[in-house]
Amino acid sequence: MTDVVFLVVSLLTVFFAILALESRELVYGAVALSLSFLGVAGLFILLDSLYIAIFQVLVYVGSIAILIVFVIMLVRREKWANVTGGNERILGIIAAVLLFSTMTYFSLSSGLTSQYPNPTAIPNFYEIGSQLINDYWLILQLTGLALAVSIIGALTMAKFENR
Amino acid sequence: MNLLEPLINYFILSSALLCVGIYGLIAKRNAIRLLFSVEIIINAAIINFVAFARYHDTPLITGQTFSLFAIALAATEAAVGLAIIVQAFRLNNDIDVLELKRLRG
Repeated sequence: MTDVVFLVVSLLTVFFAILALESRELVYGAVALSLSFLGVAGLFILLDSLYIAIFQVLVYVGSIAILIVFVIMLVRREKWANVTGGNERILGIIAAVLLFSTMTYFSLSSGLTSQYPNPTAIPNFYEIGSQLINDYWLILQLTGLALAVSIIGALTMAKFENR
Repeated sequence: MNLLEPLINYFILSSALLCVGIYGLIAKRNAIRLLFSVEIIINAAIINFVAFARYHDTPLITGQTFSLFAIALAATEAAVGLAIIVQAFRLNNDIDVLELKRLRG
């Protein structure tokens, strides 16, 4: 049962990721990208990490996708509907297929095993919080600083200037 | 229905997402599509973090903590990247990355 759900969700995720890059209209690409992020959130639920799934939906689907849609409205041009990459496209497909087949081959022959497919004690939210505060407090502070700096930088760069 | 080992399943899925992102980085010229590709690659990395932590011999929480940091940093990256795209559009009236040559000297 879990395998069927995993297969469907992962196929949908990869399909929407490809559609995000290949759709003719950029806005449909943004919608497909947010659907792909939702698929990744479903995979996190399958991996017993509900908190990360909630965080993924909040940050990616809730803010990044909306931000991308607004920026698309600002910078939309008609010419992108007929741009088809020629050589770069073939080169990209070749590189992606080569890399994917290599990684699949080596991962299948690597003998990686899942030690405990069904662990009895799955770590819960409390441990994430205590680890954030006790072990990684410095990284937490630095992440907050990076968020603040990036927001200030984005505001400074995108500030409207009357010229 | 039984697939392979779960860990290998997740690894293959994340490498597929990585390859889709690399294809986008190579083939696309629209700056927003390049940003899409980077976000897809970051998602692939986060799936690896969570899957390897989940199937560790003693289930770890560190992978989930690190993926929280990764998601937060991806948000900052998207904000700054979109601001750069808006500014480039304002300067050049286009977001084709092959046409942005103003800094070339």
